[in-house]
Amino acid sequence: MSALVEIRNLSKVYERGRQTIEVLHHVQLDIEAGDFMALMGPSGSGKTTLLNLIGGLDSPTDGSITIGGQRIDRLSENALAKWRSSHVGFVFQFYNLLPMLSARRNVELPLLLTKLSAAQRKRNAAIALQLVGLADRAAHKPSELSGGQQQRVAIARAIVSDPTLLVCDEPTGDLDRQSAADVLTLLQQLNRDHGKTIIMVTHDPKAAEFAKHTLQLDKGSLVASGQSAPA
Amino acid sequence: MKYLQLIWSAMFRRKTRTVFTLLSVLAAFLLFGLLDSVRSAFANAASSVAGVDRLVTVSKISFTMSLPKSLLSGIGALPGVARVTYANWFGGIYQDPKNFFANEAVADNFFDLYPEWQLSPAERAAFHNTRTGAVVGESLAKKFNWKLGDKIPLQATIFPQKSGGNTWTFDLVGIYRVSNPKQKNQESILFFNWDYFDEARAFGNGNVGWYITQVSDRNLAQQVADGVDALSANSDHETKTQTEQAFNAAFVSQYGDIGLIVGAIMGAVFFTLILLTGNTMAQAVRERVPELAVLKTIGFSNHSVLALLLAESVLLIVLGGAIGLVLAGVVVDAVRAAVGEAVPMTRVGAAIWLRGVGLMLLIGLIVGALPARRGMRLRIVDALAGR
Repeated sequence: MSALVEIRNLSKVYERGRQTIEVLHHVQLDIEAGDFMALMGPSGSGKTTLLNLIGGLDSPTDGSITIGGQRIDRLSENALAKWRSSHVGFVFQFYNLLPMLSARRNVELPLLLTKLSAAQRKRNAAIALQLVGLADRAAHKPSELSGGQQQRVAIARAIVSDPTLLVCDEPTGDLDRQSAADVLTLLQQLNRDHGKTIIMVTHDPKAAEFAKHTLQLDKGSLVASGQSAPA
Repeated sequence: MKYLQLIWSAMFRRKTRTVFTLLSVLAAFLLFGLLDSVRSAFANAASSVAGVDRLVTVSKISFTMSLPKSLLSGIGALPGVARVTYANWFGGIYQDPKNFFANEAVADNFFDLYPEWQLSPAERAAFHNTRTGAVVGESLAKKFNWKLGDKIPLQATIFPQKSGGNTWTFDLVGIYRVSNPKQKNQESILFFNWDYFDEARAFGNGNVGWYITQVSDRNLAQQVADGVDALSANSDHETKTQTEQAFNAAFVSQYGDIGLIVGAIMGAVFFTLILLTGNTMAQAVRERVPELAVLKTIGFSNHSVLALLLAESVLLIVLGGAIGLVLAGVVVDAVRAAVGEAVPMTRVGAAIWLRGVGLMLLIGLIVGALPARRGMRLRIVDALAGR
């Protein structure tokens, strides 16, 4: 396997008033294509910041991020938005679905940025919903779905444009144990059967067990990595 | 078009708030449609005399200035003139100023030019033979319960009598009717003999307020108007010949500049609308910060978010505004059908729609500008973190 994500000397410094906070400190990291990586660490260790940088949501203070051979830290804001639309899928802790749209319309959102026809968009969204087991809930609004179902809709939205990379920030943080297990199993399936590279931030060691590898971050530096026990 | 569903859904995210905002936009544009219809009627009134059969000639300086009666023969001799008559505003008050109705001194042949006002031959004869005779419309007679033979005293506001008295007493000798229900408002006038008026008034003798000319052929209206005005060109009493509609408009305009009044009202209405809907849009964007961050996360550019929010704001105003203008059209048509020309209003046509849509787009952009800019400048990581 070749490295899909190559991170070199990555630093991120935030200015908060007069205070300068170094959230990430010279991080070096390679993530292979097809990997399922769990990123763990205490609060404030820089997990979400690292995830945001890999997902192209934020730009580093120093260092480089190369994804699929492209230096994303050098892209302009518009180019980065375009890159995100075709290369990365995002899953958040609180699902972040648009409440006024049905599940299908939510899933269809990333496809609005493509040249697909309305019929093709509808078809692709239906396939993505089928993949996450919610074909029969396509017309439901988020408020009519359980937390686990909403997160599965969010996963369908993340995969509908067939990105190489899935970036998940505490995807089970707001779910009960059973729903969390269902969501993690779904992620595992997407990784195993569809070859998606997944990077998942989690506090939960049980969730991390679903990943192939685990990385530990502490005070902005990688401190350990390891093979997860099979879930 | 593929974004319409997204924009539409976002707009109705808070249904009650959106409906109330739409209602306020609707009300503003309903008012705009009605007032612009009135303003257009006044603006267009003076434009052309072509195609009309009655013309009104007034002083070019101001219709409140009188014209010499000597113009009568000159006007009557012009080619294309079938009949000519004259009248004078009297402005008398019956008992109390709040009883206002129009009252005019008119020439003996005045009713010949207004066949739509039906007066029996006997009453016409009585009007002709009674020096102090007066004729009123049926509606006015009913309003004050006047009967033939009644004496109607009017207090002069402009023209005292030579004798020094201020009360003019008229004998009611005729009641005219207007058969067209759309012109019933024309039954609210009192006419009396100009000869009596001219003999008895303290000043202004030999002058008339305005001339009314009936043309023999509508196609000659412009030619006759030009001919009438040429009679007094370069004199101290130059004239302006216009349609009755323009004359009525000028009469109403003496109470104020209609365009300015309408403009001021609409300015205040739209200013309030901008504040109200601007606040609504700002609130709507504030509530949707995480959702906008999600849109950006999945690849919507800053400019796409800006465009979406501006489109939402414009759609909100255009939707409410369009319904308002449609309603204005219905109301104007109903008013025109009910009272005819009594209230000068043009139909809500292409010109009003064009101005209305222009205003909708402008207001939509103004209202959406600041919230959309905020949405555009949103930093994804801060918005997702709730900062």
